[in-house]
Amino acid sequence: MVQLSGGVELLEIKRNETTGHSLRHLDGLEAESIHILREVAAELSRPAMLYSIGKDSSVMLRLAQKAFYPGKIPFTLLHIDTTYKFREMIEFRDRTCRELGLKLIVHTNYEAIAMGATPFRLGPSKCCALLKTKALLDALAENQIDAAIGGARRDEEKSRAKERIFSFRDNFGQWDPKNQRPELWNLYNGRIDKGQSVRVFPLSNWTELDVWEYIQQEEIPVVPLYFAREREVVVRGDKLIIPEHDSEQLASDRREVVRCRMRSLGCTHCSGAIRSEADSISGIVDELKTIRRSERENRLIDHDQEGSMEIKKQEGYF
Amino acid sequence: MSITAPATARSLLRFLTAGSVDDGKSTLIGRLLHDSGGLYEDELAALDKRSSVNGKKFDPSHVTDGLKAEREQGITIDVAYRYFATPRRKFIIADTPGHEQYTRNMITGASTAHVAVLLIDARKGLLLQTRRHVYIAWLLGLKSIIVALNKMDLVGFDREVFAKIRKDFLEFAAPLQFQEIQFIPMSALEGDNVISRSDQMPWYEGWPLLETLESIETHDDRGSKSFRFPVQTVIRSDQDFRGYAGQIASGTVEPDNEVLALPSGRRVTIDRLLNYTQDLLQAFAPMSVVISLKEHIDLGRGDMLCDPLHLPSQSKHFRATLIWMSATSMQVNEPYLIKHTTQNACMNVMKLLHKIDLNTLSKQAADTLHCNEIGEVEVETHKAIFCDPYTVNKTTGNFIVVHPVSNVTLAAGIISLPLLPEAEGPKVSPPLNGRARENQGLIVWITGLSGSGKTTICSAVHTELLARGIRVEVLDGDIVRKHLSRDLRFSKAERDENIRRIGFVAHLLMRNGVVVLVSAISPYRAVRDEIRENMGGFLEVFVNAPLELCERRDPKGLYKRARAGELRGFTGIDDPYEPPLSPEVECRTDREGEKESVEKVLAAILRTIHRNEAR
Ligand SMILES: Nc1nc2c(ncn2[C@@H]2O[C@H](COP(=O)(O)OP(=O)(O)O)[C@@H](O)[C@H]2O)c(=O)[nH]1
Repeated sequence: MVQLSGGVELLEIKRNETTGHSLRHLDGLEAESIHILREVAAELSRPAMLYSIGKDSSVMLRLAQKAFYPGKIPFTLLHIDTTYKFREMIEFRDRTCRELGLKLIVHTNYEAIAMGATPFRLGPSKCCALLKTKALLDALAENQIDAAIGGARRDEEKSRAKERIFSFRDNFGQWDPKNQRPELWNLYNGRIDKGQSVRVFPLSNWTELDVWEYIQQEEIPVVPLYFAREREVVVRGDKLIIPEHDSEQLASDRREVVRCRMRSLGCTHCSGAIRSEADSISGIVDELKTIRRSERENRLIDHDQEGSMEIKKQEGYF
Repeated sequence: MSITAPATARSLLRFLTAGSVDDGKSTLIGRLLHDSGGLYEDELAALDKRSSVNGKKFDPSHVTDGLKAEREQGITIDVAYRYFATPRRKFIIADTPGHEQYTRNMITGASTAHVAVLLIDARKGLLLQTRRHVYIAWLLGLKSIIVALNKMDLVGFDREVFAKIRKDFLEFAAPLQFQEIQFIPMSALEGDNVISRSDQMPWYEGWPLLETLESIETHDDRGSKSFRFPVQTVIRSDQDFRGYAGQIASGTVEPDNEVLALPSGRRVTIDRLLNYTQDLLQAFAPMSVVISLKEHIDLGRGDMLCDPLHLPSQSKHFRATLIWMSATSMQVNEPYLIKHTTQNACMNVMKLLHKIDLNTLSKQAADTLHCNEIGEVEVETHKAIFCDPYTVNKTTGNFIVVHPVSNVTLAAGIISLPLLPEAEGPKVSPPLNGRARENQGLIVWITGLSGSGKTTICSAVHTELLARGIRVEVLDGDIVRKHLSRDLRFSKAERDENIRRIGFVAHLLMRNGVVVLVSAISPYRAVRDEIRENMGGFLEVFVNAPLELCERRDPKGLYKRARAGELRGFTGIDDPYEPPLSPEVECRTDREGEKESVEKVLAAILRTIHRNEAR
């Protein structure tokens, strides 16, 4: 960066000397995602950003700030709270929204919870269907949201590899993988009728490593659960579960203090921690360059049923 | 923004893989992901489990199983995107099925790819499929292709097999003029020449596939083209800031640059270029930025800022290639919607000129386009769009067609030629009012085989017109090729381009009252007609003599060379001549003398000039 007399900070020109003009990889991803966010804002009437508090949501939030700066982010944030999230996540969520002055809608399927929906009683699939999918569809309908912007990446999971950036959902919020709109160049077809909606994935082309390198480059705050420290966990096979909820269900299990961190965040009992020494962003970036296990391995919900993610997505899950 | 970390400096390569069923595409992708370390242990364990269940050794094609199973069941035939990285580069694979009925999927994958990897089964050699894949890669403007000659293990790693297919391939791809075609003999199953060099094929001196992909140049030249900035949305903040957000489609800008706003045609000056909290000294394609202007003007979504010296066409009428993607066939004059850059407008297809037979690449008359068919059309939009030909500028040269009721995406479009741009041009320069024209100007287009007598007639007519004090100019095909079109060869596309250039120059001259005599073989009817349609005064002169006679005359010895195989694609020998259907004048030089022919042409010219003057 160069400091000019007026005190204005000017970016070094991102030009590559030998090839003339070319954008660095992360800048290229950023430019694409910003373009997508602006397209949603311009072409749909009531978009909302699905804010799940994780690293991807944090990156998405920064991209949205950039896309509309110096104006305000022109959509609300929506969090589907299953009430089984980590306390640290909720604290982080409330702090972020307060500091950035963002409008946040929190939606919970209290009816199901009152009926005792937990993964232990219903199994993770059913629990997710009620507390996430149903809750999400209800929240979208209640708030008349016609575009839900999510932080899913195509590299996360097999069925996401085919997902469009603008993904059409019918009046029941369902995805029809056999009947997707072709998506060419950077032209996104977001036309819908009343009652239909689109899911928009501005981070489609990012990988897990890209996300962390961007967090590092932009100094984006993330939930401390991502950083390794000693934590008391329940060890189940090769899964480490941080017991915050349903302690009686986990009471019989062996507890251990393990140096670990979360690689992806979700509900406490369905997202496991990994053994790790990475206690900083640069530590995580280094760890990811050599890690040999996949990101969602520690998630229970993906393994629960063959092709489970695809089925969930058809039903309306994110 | 921090100083570049080494990992972020890695560039991105998006490539597309295409091949017919069973050529080994899944095996190859699995091999690439597996051997480059792109698979995680838990994924590998799942694969191992499968292999041991079947009592077989590792089969890389299982990696991409998800899609494969679907393909076998005939469902969800789609593009899947896969991600992997090496220390040198990051990659996005667009994995597309190769079958004829999935042309649209390949097009979708190719629309964002830098490079295409085309698989060929070494036992089968070039198939019609291959031809189609190459055509699509070319149509979508890919500059490089990599031909993966797979299953070399099944042909004994034979060098001759490789050489033969390579030669065949180069021969038919020659007219398409890719910047780079690389051939790699491999066995995806065994891993030969995928990640590491094969011991089985010491005769192959090139790189294995991965290294080729790592080092291929991506030619992002968007930043060096004329500036185009489609406005996405207007940004306002409390302190009366007003900025225009968008992604730069092409070119470079700096603060204080003068640009032109469309459609108003007003010249404005760039004030600030913003990327979040930072002001930029310069911004270039494909950056997403916010631009503020020194002047207050009315500008919104769908408008464009552009280079004031090199404007896009502002056209309501253009010619395009359409790739039809919907089960409902195309209908001429149906109301459709077009999405082009950030503009949405109503449109309709005025005319279907022809469709392309993807197996022979020939043009066919047609009255509709079905799903997966490609055709050349004329499109009319209800408001002007700001566009360039796709070959000049991909971003401003592409569009999609959307159905106004069902909202589905019906087709992808590639703009080949904006029509009548002048008539609808911006109000930048005032019309040259009051300047008297001496005469109206006219284009006399003399077409015919080499040796038919065009040059003779042309020069005689030239002399006659000069003698009458008429301003006249000659554009001779051979001379134009030595200068204006020096960069062009003789593929169909380049011949058409050559003719368009001649047409362009002729048009300029004609507008200034000159009678332009164009003498060029101009073998293709469509492009001649295209020029005719765009010009006010146009006389087509068909100099007609049978091929045998022209060949006997052979004034430049070209037929002889073509027959000997020294010249390829020579009109009349191995490239077609499409005679005009209704020329204003026809000179049968096999039956009539030179004088008779010249008089006929001259009379037609004088008649037209007088008629125009009388108006
Ligand atoms: N011998 C040999 N067989 C191959 C090679 N590549 C693929 N195959 C086999 O060809 C068949 C089809 O391969 P697959 O990858 O499924 O083809 P796709 O339909 O193009 O995805 C499978 O039985 C593969 O094992 C190769 O390089 N050598």
